[in-house]
Parts: sequence; structure tokens; C-alpha cells
Amino acid sequence: MVLVLRNYKLRNSRLVPSPFPTTLTGCSKPQILRPFSFQLSPMAAIFQGVGAAAALPSSPSYSFDSNKSVFSPRRSFSVRKGASFAVVRSDGTVNLNPKDRRAQLLISNAVATKADSAAASSSSKPGHELLLFEALLEGLEEEMERDPHVCVMGEDVGHYGGSYKVTKGLAKKFGDLRVLDTPIAENSFTGMGIGAAMTGLRPVVEGMNMGFLLLAFNQISNNCGMLHYTSGGQFTIPIVIRGPGGVGRQLGAEHSQRLESYFQSIPGIQMVACSTPYNAKGLMKAAIRSENPVILFEHVLLYNLKERIPDEDYICNLEEAEMVRPGEHVTILTYSRMRYHVMQAAKTLVNKGYDPEVIDIRSLKPFDLFTIGNSVKKTHRVLIVEECMRTGGIGASLTAAITENFNDYLDAPIMCLSSQDVPTPYAGTLEEVTVVQPAQIVTAVEQLCQ
Amino acid sequence: MGRMGFSPKHACLTDEKDPNRQKITNLTSCLLVSCQLNLHCEVRPPFSSKFPLPFFPSLPIGTKATKMSTAFSAANFSTQSFPLNHTSTTSHDSPLVFAKPTSQFLRSTRKLRLSSSSKLNLNRRSGTVVAVSDVVKQKKSKSTPTLLITKEEGLELYEDMVLGRAFEDMCAQMYYRGKMFGFVHLYNGQEAVSTGFIKLLKQQDSVVSTYRDHVHALSKGVPARAVMSELFGKTTGCCRGQGGSMHMFSREHNLLGGFAFIGEGIPVATGAAFTSKYKREVLKEADCDHVTLAFFGDGTCNNGQFFECLNMAALWKLPIVFVVENNLWAIGMSHLRSTSDPQIYKKGPAFGMPGIHVDGMDVLKVREVAKEAIGRARRGEGPTLVECETYRFRGHSLADPDELRDPAEKAHYAARDPITALKKYLTENNLASDAELKAIDKKIDEVVEDAVEFADESPVPPRSQLLENVFADPKGFGIGPDGRYRCEDPKFTEGTAHV
Repeated sequence: MVLVLRNYKLRNSRLVPSPFPTTLTGCSKPQILRPFSFQLSPMAAIFQGVGAAAALPSSPSYSFDSNKSVFSPRRSFSVRKGASFAVVRSDGTVNLNPKDRRAQLLISNAVATKADSAAASSSSKPGHELLLFEALLEGLEEEMERDPHVCVMGEDVGHYGGSYKVTKGLAKKFGDLRVLDTPIAENSFTGMGIGAAMTGLRPVVEGMNMGFLLLAFNQISNNCGMLHYTSGGQFTIPIVIRGPGGVGRQLGAEHSQRLESYFQSIPGIQMVACSTPYNAKGLMKAAIRSENPVILFEHVLLYNLKERIPDEDYICNLEEAEMVRPGEHVTILTYSRMRYHVMQAAKTLVNKGYDPEVIDIRSLKPFDLFTIGNSVKKTHRVLIVEECMRTGGIGASLTAAITENFNDYLDAPIMCLSSQDVPTPYAGTLEEVTVVQPAQIVTAVEQLCQ
Repeated sequence: MGRMGFSPKHACLTDEKDPNRQKITNLTSCLLVSCQLNLHCEVRPPFSSKFPLPFFPSLPIGTKATKMSTAFSAANFSTQSFPLNHTSTTSHDSPLVFAKPTSQFLRSTRKLRLSSSSKLNLNRRSGTVVAVSDVVKQKKSKSTPTLLITKEEGLELYEDMVLGRAFEDMCAQMYYRGKMFGFVHLYNGQEAVSTGFIKLLKQQDSVVSTYRDHVHALSKGVPARAVMSELFGKTTGCCRGQGGSMHMFSREHNLLGGFAFIGEGIPVATGAAFTSKYKREVLKEADCDHVTLAFFGDGTCNNGQFFECLNMAALWKLPIVFVVENNLWAIGMSHLRSTSDPQIYKKGPAFGMPGIHVDGMDVLKVREVAKEAIGRARRGEGPTLVECETYRFRGHSLADPDELRDPAEKAHYAARDPITALKKYLTENNLASDAELKAIDKKIDEVVEDAVEFADESPVPPRSQLLENVFADPKGFGIGPDGRYRCEDPKFTEGTAHV
């Protein structure tokens, strides 16, 4: 297998970002990849300027492509000029190829292994590049083509194409009944989706913003989660409930909610959070194919991430976590947008000599305790970085789960960095402070590794 | 004095002799005059003439009243053989207690009543009420008795209602003997609604109910044994003991539950109707005409989910019938105290669907209305809102002491017991003999006894059943610390795994 690490340069005003190397495919048996010992040049920060995404509804899709400098970094970050990337082959040889920036970014990861995984050669370019929302759209479209029972319901998903364009063009292609524009009645159309799922369809219900699904909490908790059980297994509810959540760019308190913490106790549902175009498409497809009700959490600020993803059909396992960056010193568990803050902090940390292992937990319910556990057993230190509130969030559950299962392996108490327990303020400066910033992550790791 | 159609619940009475009489707001005093109640079936065309008028597609606008009544056989019914609830006392002569009209609703109804007693004009907009009782007057002269049901149908209806009644009575007994626990909501007195509607359905049609769902399950075809075991919490119950009284489900019989929160099942019913339409239009199963019935109560009609689903069902013309079992009481909250406009059927036309009001203590009337509503849904003409005026003889649940309701009210409705009424109808029309009906009674008693025995002897769910059925795909429990899926863990299947 090939380990490819890539970064990019900030040149003039052009930003050609790409997310940190991402995983390839989901595989049933998680494995740990022994990191190779070689000297890597420091990685540049991953991406910036997703503030543009906040203005999305009125603007066409963004491209991170070369000629457009659509946004500027929100804050300065140190980018090493002349940074390069290295291609490391499984036999240990290192191939430095600084000129070819667009080369292979697919990485085979710890959790998934496929012997003949994507081409290693830097000259071929398998796959295609697209933005995260396009990846979701592609996944959805492919599943709708594959199975005529898959349908979409939500506000403005049809003619409008989705407020974040995730369902763009689907109504024209599949018709108004398959891509149903609903009235503004979240509780009822979610319940309708559940009723449809019980009677044979496979609906994908979109919440225009995850926060709106609070109105559907009744149906999600009582029916979505429980009906399979209370009916003694007679009715399955293969529904997917998806939508963007998380703290955006000055969207205000109600539009910046993190519902994963509220939904996590509901028995009978699975929750996954996507963070890259690759896993967005994979998780979307896996969720649609799953017989369980799945809630797919997207993030408002991540819709414009660009990545090259494989052409072939693939899914990401719903229950698995993703090894983003293997390391030795500390395990950093994160998901969704915080992954990027962590990777940004990781760059600083590597500069300072730390070697963090970053895992994108992806599966918020249930936790992939195997991947997490293996990591804990290796590093003995855990830092959880999440966007949920401090109280009762995913991090709180994760802390409990790790303490329960791996207490013996811990050298230090688990640190959990979460958002402040405040309604997200409108003011940009305050909003920045409510969520975890890379500097805090760096400080936390330093504290943890003392 | 012509026959007046009214319902005591509405607490409005128009006496054509004295239109200036004040309205009755007091329910109790209304009962004094309520014995005259016979056919009361108001057909309300949708509000605006934009929507198809009238309720029956075969009738063009402006059709004369007599024709209208023939199309609607319940009207016929009232002219011919005596209505089920006809009593000989004409207590409208007795002194009435009148109170000042306090609500605009009552005044408006009065206006409606007066106007409808004049020539029926189907073109009339907003608030057109066709009180069929007025229509009835014209048909009275040429009545040739044609019965609404055949003997087989009659016996089927009777058996179903007796099964419901006997089953619920047995439930009460078993509850007080400690065989079942929790909340048990009994359906005594409302059997006409369940039987009247559900007996017209096919197996593939769906029924969605509330917590008062035992009899809906029985009417839909779920065996009494399965329901009783479910109540006892045994593993042979229809939901393997995991649902209980308030969650009766049956995939085989398309009973989609059983919901504990009111209004919660209405969106699910809307979804089932959506699937039916989807199958017909997207999956091209051309003959798919499955209808969904959603049963719920008067309290639910103030809930948001009700209105949201009325909107969506009418918007997309879903094949669904919304059946309101208006028994006037939501635990201890009287419908009149909680609703600004107690006439629930009026809420249908507000969304563009017909709203029907029918006497829910009369199984034949309910059946006639149900035929039309279900037929409408099957033909793809969209949803209907049917308000069945009914009553529960027992309290809200077995834990409810039922002290709030007026004994006079209870007595009044007890006198209109749907089973007794149907029995009377069958015997008086020579559709069945007393002996046959008694045989049915006995048979049902045996069925119920057998159900109890079966439930008693069934095993309780083993511990291993705890973690089954939480997920359809048990991989949903995730990957354990050892790398295997938790569902593969042997302790999991024993029920001792910690998840």
C-alpha cells in the first residue's frame, strides 16, 4: 500500500487546498497501520475560508479551483513556502515530487485496507474531483438510480435544489414525487418519512438545518428510533435523516446547533458525521443502504471542501472510525469540522516535536471502540476535540466509554475540548471563542504530554 | 315538528317553531332533548367552489336535494326502516334549560341550521351545510324498505363488535387481577367506529391507531390470542411482548400501530398513504390502491401534527381517511372546554377536503360514510375527514376513576349502545334471529377465554430477547473493543452483553 501525504502552497492569492489525506475505503476489519519512520516536511494548513459557505443559498456552487480566489483565510496561518509532499511506498522508499501537486492524494488508511487500492502512480489521476456537497449529491443520485424505492423529502429539496444544493437537479431527473418538496412541517414530514419507510420506501429526509429537526424530535425519538423494537421487529425503518448542523459563520444561535448531543441517547438510531467528500459520499450511500435509521450529520462550513474521490462504487462503513494521521504521542479524537482544526493544530504540534494520532470518529453512535481502543493502547493519552457543548455532548459520552473500557491504558486523564455551554453568539469574535480553536488544541496536547 | 338532526355534543338545538330560542350550552340539558337523535349526517362540501363539489363525484353542482339523498344511502336509510337509534320518547317537549348563547359558534350554527332548512342549494359557499334530515322529510312518503346490509354482513359486523366489547371487558378483568400492567385504554362504546370502518378494508390497506388500539387490531384481523398475549407481555404477543397495550403492530395485517403520544400516528399514516401513491405513480404498480385509515380522538384535533397532516394529505391527494373518534373527553378535558370550534369536521374544508360528521354510535351510518370516504381515497380523489360522534363507556384508561363525567351523559350514551342497536336492527328486520346472535355471543366468549388461556400459558420473553430488534441490522450496536461487532459476541445473543 501507498502512503501519500500531500500539502499545498499558498501562492499569490490562489489557494489550492485539499484536505489532509483521507481514507480510501471502508473495510470490515479495522487494522492499524504501523507508521513509517521518516522525516516528513511539515504540513500546511488544510483549508480556509469556508465562511463563503455561509452565504451559500444565494450563490452558486463554489469551486476552489485555481482561477477563483473566492475567499481569503480567516486568519493567518503559517504556510511554509516551498512545502512539499512525499510519496512513501509500503516498502519504505520515499519519493519526493514537489512539482506535481496534483498527484495522488488517496491514502490507504489504518482502518481500511484493500490490497489493490487506488493507483499509487503519481502520473495517473484516477477518480474525479468534486466538492463535498457534490459528493453527497452524487451518492444520493447513484442510490436513487440503483433503487427506485429511494426518495427524498424535505423543504426546498426539489425545485430549489436544496438550500445547500445537495439535491440539485434531482427533481428534474426523478420527478416531483421522488424528490418531494414538503411544506414547513418538520415533525409531520419526518413522521411521513417514517411511515413511508415502514411501508416499503427508503426515504432520505432533509432537515434544512439540523436545528430544525428539533421540531421533529418527537417523531425521531418515538417512532424512528423505537418502532422497530416496539413492533417486535415487524417493521423496519430504513430512513436517512440528514442535514447541515454545527456552528457556521455568524449564523446566530438557533442556526448553529449541534444536535448530535441531543439525539445520541435515542435507542435504535445510528448517527454518523461526515467530514470529507470521500466519506460524505461513502456514508451517504451506506446510510441509504442500511436497514437501520441513520442520522447523517453534515456541517455547514464543510460543503465546499474539494477532494478527488474514486470513480467506482464504494461505501464507508457506518460503524467505523477513520484514521486520519497515525502517531505515537497522543490520540486526538474528533469529528466533522473539528477535524480540520485538529489537523491545523497538528501541523504546529509536529513543528514542536509532538506526534499526534488523529482519528476522525465518524460514527457518533455507536463509537468504534476498536479503532479508538487500539489507539489508546498505543499512545496512552487521549484528547477529544469536538464542537458539541461541554455538557452532555458526544465528547462526554466518549470520555465515559473510553474510561470504562480502557482505563488501564491511560497515563493521564482524558481531556475533552468542547464548545462553551453558551448559545452561539452572532458576533464573529465571540463565535470564534465558543468553538475550539487550533491554539487551544496545541495547548491541550502540550499539557497532556507533560 | 319536523325531525331535527343535531348532536348533543354541539349543544345547539334549533327548534323550527321558535328560531329565536336561545342556544343550549349546557350539555346536560341538551341530553333531555337528545333522544330524538336519529340520522345526523352533515355533508360538508369543501369551502371554496374551487374545490370539487360536492362530496359525491357523481353529482353535479346544483343537483336537487332529493337526488343528493339517494346518492347518499344513509339518507335513504333514515327514511325507510327505522333508524337504529330511534326512540319513542319525544322529549323535546319537556322543559329545557336554556342559557344565554355564549359562543359565536353557536350563533353561527344556528344560522346554518336555519338556512339549511330552506331549499338546499349546493352552490352555496362557505358554510354550506346539508342537513340530510331536511332532505329526509321529502323522501318520507315514498319509503320502500331497502336494507343497508345483508345478513352475512350484519352478522359479521355484530360479531366484530361483540368481540371488541367482550375482549375489552376481559382486559379490565385481567388488569384488576394483575395480569397486565401499565396503561390500558379500553374501547367500550366506540365499537361502531372501528367495525364500521375497518370491516370495509382489504388486507393490504393500513390502519393507524392510538393507544386505544385493541379493538382496531381485532377488527383488522389480528388474532385475539396475539393481542391478549401482547397485553400480558408474553413472547407470543403480536409484538413479542415488547410493545404492550399501546403499541399493537402487525405487519401481516398492516396495522401500523399503536402510538402512545396522541397525534404521533397521523404522520405515519400519511407516510403509508404516500407510499401507496408512490407505488402507483413512481413504481408503476398500477393497481395499487391501498388506503390508509388514521384513527385519533378529539383531543388530537388541537394538535399541530393533525393540521400539518391534513394539509399535506390534501395537497398531494393522498389515499387516506382521517377518522376522528370524538368521544367528547380527553381524559378529563371536555372537548368543548379545549377547542375554540368544537365542530371538528369543519376543519376538513379549511384544507380542501370534505368534512363529514356522522353518528358514531350507529354502525350502519358509520359504514355508509366509510364506504364513500374509502371509495374516494381508492379512486385517488384525496383524503376525507370524518368526525364520528361517539362515547367511551369506561374511563380514559383503567387507572382513570372517571369521576368527572356526568352520569346523565353516560346514561344517555349507554342507552345508545351500538351493539344493542345493531342487535335490534338485525332482529327487527329479520336479518338474524335471537338464537343466532346468542350463538355468536357464546362463540366470542369462547374465543376470548381461549385467548386468555393462551396468553396465560405463553412463555415470558427470555433475557436474550432484550437486545433483539433494537436495530434491524444489529451491526448498529457497533464495534466492540475487541474488534468484533458487538452483535457477534455470544454474550450479546444471551442478552447479558452490555451495550
